[in-house]
Amino acid sequence: MKYYKPATFEEAVALVAGAEGVTRILAGGTDVLVQMRSDIITPDTLIDIKAIPGTHEITRTKDGGWRLGVAVTGAEMSEHPELGRDWPGVVEAMDLIGSTQVQGRATPVGNLCNGSPAADSVPAMIAAGAAVTVTGPEGSREIPVEQIPVGPGKTSLAKGEIITALTLPPRGAQGGDAYLRFIPRTEMDIAVVGCAVNLRLNGDVITEARMVLGAVAPTAVVVHAAADALVGRTLDEDALTALSDLAEASCNPIDDKRGTIKFRTHTAGVLARRAAKIAYSRAKGATA
Amino acid sequence: MALDSSKTTGFKYVGTRPNRPDGLDKVTGRAKFGADAYAPGMLHAAIKRSPHAHARIIKIDTSKALAMEGVKAVVTRADFATGLEGEFGDILENVMAGEKALYDGHAVAAVAATSALIARDAIKAIEVDYEILPHVTDVDAAMQAGAPVIRAGAADASVPEGLHPNVVRYYESGHGDVEAGFAEADLVVEDHFVTEATHQGYIEPHACLGTLGSDGKGELWCCTQGHWYVQKVCAACLGLETSQLRVTASEIGGGFGGKTTVFIEPVALALSRKANRPVKLVMTRSEVFRASGPTSSTSMDVKIGMKKDGTITAAQGTFRLQGGAFPGAPCEMTAMCAFAPYDLKHVHQVGYDVMSNRPKQAAYRAPGSPMAAFAVESVIDELCGQLGLDPIDTRLKNASREGTRASFGPTWPRIGLVETLEAVKAHPHYVAPLKKGQGRGISCGFWFNHGGETAVSLALSEDGSAQVAVGTPDIGGSRASMALMAAEVLGIPYEDIRVTIADTATLGYNEISHGSRVTYASGLATIKAAEDAVQKLCGRAAAKWGIPEDAVYWEDGYAKPSGPNAGDFEPLHIDEITATMGATGGPICGHFEATPEGAGVSFAAHIVDAEVDPDTGKTSVVRYTVVQDAGKAIHPTYVEGQFQGGAAQGIGWALNEEYIYGADGRLQNAGFLDYRIPVASDLPMIDTVIVEVPNPGHPFGVRGVGETSICPPLAAIANAVSNAVGVRMRQLPMRPSRVLEALESAADG
Ligand SMILES: Cc1cc2nc3c(=O)[nH]c(=O)nc-3n(C[C@H](O)[C@H](O)[C@H](O)COP(=O)(O)OP(=O)(O)OC[C@H]3O[C@@H](n4cnc5c(N)ncnc54)[C@H](O)[C@@H]3O)c2cc1C
Repeated sequence: MKYYKPATFEEAVALVAGAEGVTRILAGGTDVLVQMRSDIITPDTLIDIKAIPGTHEITRTKDGGWRLGVAVTGAEMSEHPELGRDWPGVVEAMDLIGSTQVQGRATPVGNLCNGSPAADSVPAMIAAGAAVTVTGPEGSREIPVEQIPVGPGKTSLAKGEIITALTLPPRGAQGGDAYLRFIPRTEMDIAVVGCAVNLRLNGDVITEARMVLGAVAPTAVVVHAAADALVGRTLDEDALTALSDLAEASCNPIDDKRGTIKFRTHTAGVLARRAAKIAYSRAKGATA
Repeated sequence: MALDSSKTTGFKYVGTRPNRPDGLDKVTGRAKFGADAYAPGMLHAAIKRSPHAHARIIKIDTSKALAMEGVKAVVTRADFATGLEGEFGDILENVMAGEKALYDGHAVAAVAATSALIARDAIKAIEVDYEILPHVTDVDAAMQAGAPVIRAGAADASVPEGLHPNVVRYYESGHGDVEAGFAEADLVVEDHFVTEATHQGYIEPHACLGTLGSDGKGELWCCTQGHWYVQKVCAACLGLETSQLRVTASEIGGGFGGKTTVFIEPVALALSRKANRPVKLVMTRSEVFRASGPTSSTSMDVKIGMKKDGTITAAQGTFRLQGGAFPGAPCEMTAMCAFAPYDLKHVHQVGYDVMSNRPKQAAYRAPGSPMAAFAVESVIDELCGQLGLDPIDTRLKNASREGTRASFGPTWPRIGLVETLEAVKAHPHYVAPLKKGQGRGISCGFWFNHGGETAVSLALSEDGSAQVAVGTPDIGGSRASMALMAAEVLGIPYEDIRVTIADTATLGYNEISHGSRVTYASGLATIKAAEDAVQKLCGRAAAKWGIPEDAVYWEDGYAKPSGPNAGDFEPLHIDEITATMGATGGPICGHFEATPEGAGVSFAAHIVDAEVDPDTGKTSVVRYTVVQDAGKAIHPTYVEGQFQGGAAQGIGWALNEEYIYGADGRLQNAGFLDYRIPVASDLPMIDTVIVEVPNPGHPFGVRGVGETSICPPLAAIANAVSNAVGVRMRQLPMRPSRVLEALESAADG
């Protein structure tokens, strides 16, 4: 196994493009190292991107959005004074991952590229409209987060491509997002179902809505019809029921040791309701 | 004068709460656990394990592994003793498979190499040809006609004819005529209950460092609850003379019964003998789940009849225990504990020990009893609910007490169940209002407790301080309790006593730290050893004063003349006697060896409030109170710790922990991610009440406390959840999906 610690993204991309066999990027390593220890993967090349300048920075972009370096950790996001005010759902999703120790290492980009259908930050990032910068030998392009995962453990990144930045759009007025997951315990567990909701209001009326489910299909599910169900209405009981029904109808889960099809489908509806209420109250100015 | 320090009140040291002597080492990381041992030239070992639930081993090709750089030895079953039968035969078969792999994770070969990484790679290079056989992992399925036979001829003489060969032991007891008793009842409830296998979940994986020379002399360092037992088993598995193997127990990161047997130590020794180097072997967590000893899963039927006034007229129970690929599931314990809290005219209980293609079950805290309590106490809760009776009053009405006949035969001596139930009734928790969505459950629990072979030795130093050598690994703060008991007898401060867990070369045989026996048996032996030393101290004083030995008595650290007739001498302090002991007769030591048989049984009752999320079926335990008879709490903090620990493990067992097997017979959740042990934030603060009804079999009244605390939780939590959702929960774990289904069935009417 070869280990590299490049100082620039150009160098990193060249290494990835030239490497043979199994290649892994080492961000926090909370997936990669665990998988190596349990013999799930044995990389030939390991490329640590944490020494590249700027990868630990969280910066406000000119348009009022956010740019996160690819080594930014969950703890750095939670402790940031402003990020959580704009995107509490994204930050709380990341904050659910692991323990305090894991929080000090785990990154949202690693969470995304690991490709787990149950990854907690992914539905929240998609609901928020987050995008990533993908850089390869041919240069860089910006694509929405939802286009990265293509199946369990699989991403759309081509050989030689890595992610070099994560961006969140400007929050704007009267917006709120929320992420909830169901686990049988209170922490240190893997989502049986996850649900992110991102809303914008005009007064009490919803003007924009996005809902994304996790752990109920091979990749995060964007419930496009959520917008049709909610836009132009307040979050009344009918709207909540419609949303919950839509969530249930959008599930395509598996039966496994973590949950049954029936339980996952039912719980997706429960979480849709609960997450929508939180997002709605945040959009109305609540700070919790 | 025959010294007797027996008392149940008026203690100076006993009952106080000093810091434990091993505390500083443990919080600073200085304590040495199983994996903390190193030796010059040490090799690292890894074990090759079967991926199949049941398979004949056709061929093991180790040549590729042996050819690897850094690999120093490979062992298979051929490297162990032959001709072993019974208990040791089973252990060896479990430690290293012979003709068949009997479960997913069964060891088939092992490697020692110069690094742990090389050893890990080398086991991948070992090629094993298997002929896959049909398997069975469920207890009811394993008893059915046509189920694959795990091992023909494994059943003992207790098994009635006509049962499947996987039923290897049968137990039956009771008295009266249950049919007549049921006929007298106003209400009879009969139900079927199921529990899954759970793991003790100790934080420290099994680890050892072994050295064995071609001269048949060996040294072993390991993490165990009983190193004399390890010595005996390893000597048998390797064909050694027992005394030539010296075993030292490391500090222990939890055992709960799971470290009362042997899994890896003979493998390290066999590799060491072959490589002629020390060999270290440490299990991974996944190996711990797959190949150590979880508890039995069960399938149980319980039937109880009750009159309108709460009198139990008859009780009957059938308990089927799945024990893995070897005999030994504690079916008789389950059956004996089931109705132990109750004074019954008509009672009958039956237990089955059933083999399956799973790892050999091992003890887990009161082995067999928690499941029995789950079934029995659920039925009692159902009866109380249907008849509109108070659950505590009903239990009090039927409670076992001194002089009544136990459900499994003997007559009860002085026991503390009534006092325990009365303490529950008096506790504010029992009458605290519940919120919507919450339910309350209570349950009794019982465990026998044990005495067992014990040897303790105590030596005084010149400065009057004392060192106590005990042979029972400290799994729950027992060194503190030993020091308190020795301090009480010697009359010297707690801090002046150092308690050490001696190795096998230093003391006589000590049974394992199991059966909640340590504070009872090693405690009794410590008291007796201290009395022995005190007697010698008195003798030295008598010699100095020129009076008879029996004219001297011991009080608060001083030898004193027993009265005016004995003479008027200044009392001699212990350090005045020990300062000159070299010149007055030599070192002063005390010792005691025995198999004490007066371990007092312990009863507990728990109160639990559970809250269920009606949308998701998720249960939170919101309030928990443990009430238990400790006889005498030597160190109350560690008694409370045992109470809380049992409750915490019970919460996991009741709500989310379970061994999940796939259709392929493989364990699907061999790690803490999917084997859901509770984390700290899952638990409420667990309140404790120590009841003290002294055990006449111990000088200070001690009853074991470590196991009884896990007997009531499964039932108490199930009763709380059942009362919260309005449906009887008959299957554990009560994971959210299962509770949600119950809620749906209730809604459907
Ligand atoms: C104890 C524990 C608890 C956990 N709990 C949770 C949980 O609750 N929820 C959850 O979702 N996850 C959980 N995880 C999984 C893990 O922590 C997360 O997925 C984490 O976000 C991964 O981030 P990382 O930086 O550590 O990724 P790494 O392990 O460094 O990398 C993960 C993957 O991403 C790829 N990668 C990383 N950076 C890039 C990049 N810039 N470009 C291209 N590919 C890249 C790597 O090649 C690798 O395949 C847990 C893990 C542990 C050990």
